[in-house]
Amino acid sequence: MALQALHGVDYHCKKANGLEDDENVYLGNMSNQCQLYMPPLSKAESQVGEFLVDECGRKIKLNFAHGTTTLGFKFNGGVVMAVDSRATSGQYIGSNNVKKVIEINPYLLGTMAGGAADCTYWERVLAKQCRLYELRNRERISVAAASKLLANMVYQYKGYGLSMGVMIAGWDKKGPGLYYVDNDGNRMPGNSFSVGSGSIYAYGVLDSGYRWDLSDTEAQELGRRAIYHATFRDAYSGGVVRVYHIKKDGWVKISEQDCKALHYKYAEETKTA
Amino acid sequence: MSILAYNGGSVVAMKGKNCVAIATDLRFGVQAQTITTDFERVFEVGPHLYIGLPGLVTDTQTVLQRLKFRIKMYEMREGRKVKPRTLMAMVQNLLYERRFGPYFVEPVIAGLDPVTKDPYICALDLIGCPCEPADFVVSGTSSESLYGMCETTWREDLEPDDLFECIGQSLINAFDRDALSGWGAVVHVIEEDKVTTRHIKSRMD
Repeated sequence: MALQALHGVDYHCKKANGLEDDENVYLGNMSNQCQLYMPPLSKAESQVGEFLVDECGRKIKLNFAHGTTTLGFKFNGGVVMAVDSRATSGQYIGSNNVKKVIEINPYLLGTMAGGAADCTYWERVLAKQCRLYELRNRERISVAAASKLLANMVYQYKGYGLSMGVMIAGWDKKGPGLYYVDNDGNRMPGNSFSVGSGSIYAYGVLDSGYRWDLSDTEAQELGRRAIYHATFRDAYSGGVVRVYHIKKDGWVKISEQDCKALHYKYAEETKTA
Repeated sequence: MSILAYNGGSVVAMKGKNCVAIATDLRFGVQAQTITTDFERVFEVGPHLYIGLPGLVTDTQTVLQRLKFRIKMYEMREGRKVKPRTLMAMVQNLLYERRFGPYFVEPVIAGLDPVTKDPYICALDLIGCPCEPADFVVSGTSSESLYGMCETTWREDLEPDDLFECIGQSLINAFDRDALSGWGAVVHVIEEDKVTTRHIKSRMD
């Protein structure tokens, strides 16, 4: 997106259309990513996102990839984020190898839960905004500001059926930061969050094993275990467990392990213990 | 969501050379929540005769109980064991009795005829319409993926060991694409002189 602006795509588009003089030509989200086409009917009438209507006039739910488990928590050594990698539509497993951690920049991570398209799109717009902020102000954006940019963007589309529950985590001047942002416009800071259909199971493990003074490896293992247990209980979570750790000098990818390997490893450990 | 998919679970049966195999997953769940991973939905109901009852688990159990009762009544009255074909007719009657308020199970029968030793497989829908093909039958929440797997892996006249490999691979790779089935599998390979039961390790997510 930033590259497209730099290369003057708008200019070329206008030229190709013979519209050089018309400054008001509408380029949709090519020029402004926050400008999306509105639904064809009024909001109240069509209830977009709540349901659409199929060829027989029956109401159908928009089928988003809802099943997910993601978590993030702050502790002594920074922020740990862990996610599963399953994408489902209904009971069908579309993929077991989705990247649900979005690397916004070397100091900021976002997680993905809800509509995959919504999350990837808006977090990419956020990445652009964060880069512009950095260029304009000659310093990195804070986690608070980044999460607020995202919250404000999705708030503009409140009621239009966006579906996302994301965590934005990073390291800034104030130290580690962790925010929860969702499509209702909620944005809140906190020490530990879990989002998605498997979050209830992940919280169980996370809350029982959580301490502020966890060591780095303990914290990473806690995140991994919480996601693993969620993938076991929750039908809509699974695939590989990805663990990220955000420290003072940016995020590090700690591990990517298949749930099958993890299950039999943990089973072996409980047997010998 | 359909009530047939409320608890999840899948069953598949295949014919081989002088043998049949029937396999099931082991998940018992309530919608997204996995409750146990040791729920076998395939049951032995006679000599060389098995029935799989995927669907709503409460009806799996009721149908099994009522079916066992009818089998015992039959065996006492007739003084002989039930044949696969007869079992199919019994299941058909049992299910059609509830034509206007059905049990939410779609049974799969696999067995060897006690006299002729012919392999027999059959699947019924929830109100008792039977289907007796020459190759394989599938049922349950992964039935679409199972059809795909079986169509490509099944061959005629497989020996018992090859049939095990074929049915095992088909089931596991089918339910790995289904959120509501999986968490382990059991395969019964039924031969003239023995029945081999094997548990298969699979993905547990």
